[in-house]
Amino acid sequence: MPSLKQTPLNAAHRAMGAKMVDFGGWDMPVNYGSQIEEHHQVRNDCGMFDVSHMRVVDVKGDGVRAFLRHLLANNVDKLTLSGKALYSTMLLENGGVIDDLIVYFMRENWFRIVVNAGTADKDIAWMKKQAAQHAPKLTIVDHPELAMIAVQGPNARTKVWEALPGSKELSEHLIPFSAVEMGSMFIARTGYTGEDGFEIMLPAKAAPFFWATLAEHGVKPIGLGARDTLRLEAGMNLYGHDMNESVGPLESGLAWTVDLKSPRDFIGKASLLAHPPTRKLVGLLLLDRGVLRDHQHVHSAHGEGEITSGSFSPTLEKSIALARVPNGVQIGDSVQVAVRDKMLAARVVKYPFARNGKGLV
Amino acid sequence: MSNPGNLKYTASHEWVKTEADGTLTVGITDHAQELLGDMVFVEAPTAGRKLKAKEECAVVESVKAAADVYAPVSGTVTAANSELDGTPEAINSDPYGAWIFKMKPDNAADVAALLDATSYQAVVDSEAH
Repeated sequence: MPSLKQTPLNAAHRAMGAKMVDFGGWDMPVNYGSQIEEHHQVRNDCGMFDVSHMRVVDVKGDGVRAFLRHLLANNVDKLTLSGKALYSTMLLENGGVIDDLIVYFMRENWFRIVVNAGTADKDIAWMKKQAAQHAPKLTIVDHPELAMIAVQGPNARTKVWEALPGSKELSEHLIPFSAVEMGSMFIARTGYTGEDGFEIMLPAKAAPFFWATLAEHGVKPIGLGARDTLRLEAGMNLYGHDMNESVGPLESGLAWTVDLKSPRDFIGKASLLAHPPTRKLVGLLLLDRGVLRDHQHVHSAHGEGEITSGSFSPTLEKSIALARVPNGVQIGDSVQVAVRDKMLAARVVKYPFARNGKGLV
Repeated sequence: MSNPGNLKYTASHEWVKTEADGTLTVGITDHAQELLGDMVFVEAPTAGRKLKAKEECAVVESVKAAADVYAPVSGTVTAANSELDGTPEAINSDPYGAWIFKMKPDNAADVAALLDATSYQAVVDSEAH
């Protein structure tokens, strides 16, 4: 077995009693005890996540905006204020999703992109290939030497301000989905939990001290297990589960991130226009006892679908899922889900399922 | 938590307790609950069901994953622990108290052939490498 990659916080996780797992080739904490307690900790107070396996990519040079206008399905022209962020997919010509990402506009000659860990290398290769054709003078540099710590929850920002002197003045006026530089650190009011908070990028060598300082201020570590149930409750897609290279954004609940209105062209646009979606992503709430899981089949009056992300919702204390189903399926419909040898009853619901500490379903 | 010495074990991580009347009480080991994490759902077999040794007969689901529970020996289910319907997390907090089902073995001698605590620990240790 090839050795697993480690983040700068690996030793800290072990010292805190983490249960470590192979997460796409990374040795990562899945929990530090109880995943459900960690989940509630974030919804009710705050917690910190090591997301250093995610990759920061800086695109710099004259003409960055024009390049990203072509590269990304969402429109970077929505970004006019320095530090503002945009969620987008990056598509293949056939409309399949290469990855989902956050792009920050810093200056006209500098945009910062954060991509998923498992897709980082192919993402960067794709960006460089496109740049070679369309914008050869741009520099595309990834930063595996940057660590990233997400602090999330209703009390997250206050805790960060206590732990990081000088950060309050810089970041208290940040509107959601925007970022500010603080020396070698980068503080973004973003996240993947449906709660307020920050994602903070910083040099790897500074990460263990910052992590320990947050812990001293009472911020509990949260594993990737709770990260997944938090994002599912918040109705946020997970790459490789809810969308991938064979499924486009319009069938993945991401139409809101695709700008088809402006006249600009982007990679994948022609294919999206030529192939209107026949399926859509919906939320499911399990009515029977059991747990919905990825890949279970959904039977509806309009045909078959499939669960793309299923789990137990600690906030609702019920099982929930995202599922890709035929377009005819509507909110409120009853469907059946094949779970082992049984057909279980579920209801089609709006998502998010929970945000800001509260269940919404 | 160490594996109680008065129980028998399977390589598939069930524990088996022989009661005074010869009935077997079955649950999953501390190692198994530790691997699975927070338990949220248990589906136990119904009384009267005939089981063959190593047959899938119950399901335990944590937030993370579903896992099958196997019949340790052949026999007939006599009871399911309905308390776990409301408190599946008891398997996490008290794995050797939170039994899943009880059964009457076809052949009491089959139970003697199961693993003892030391042999089971060796199975756990070998999986860790």
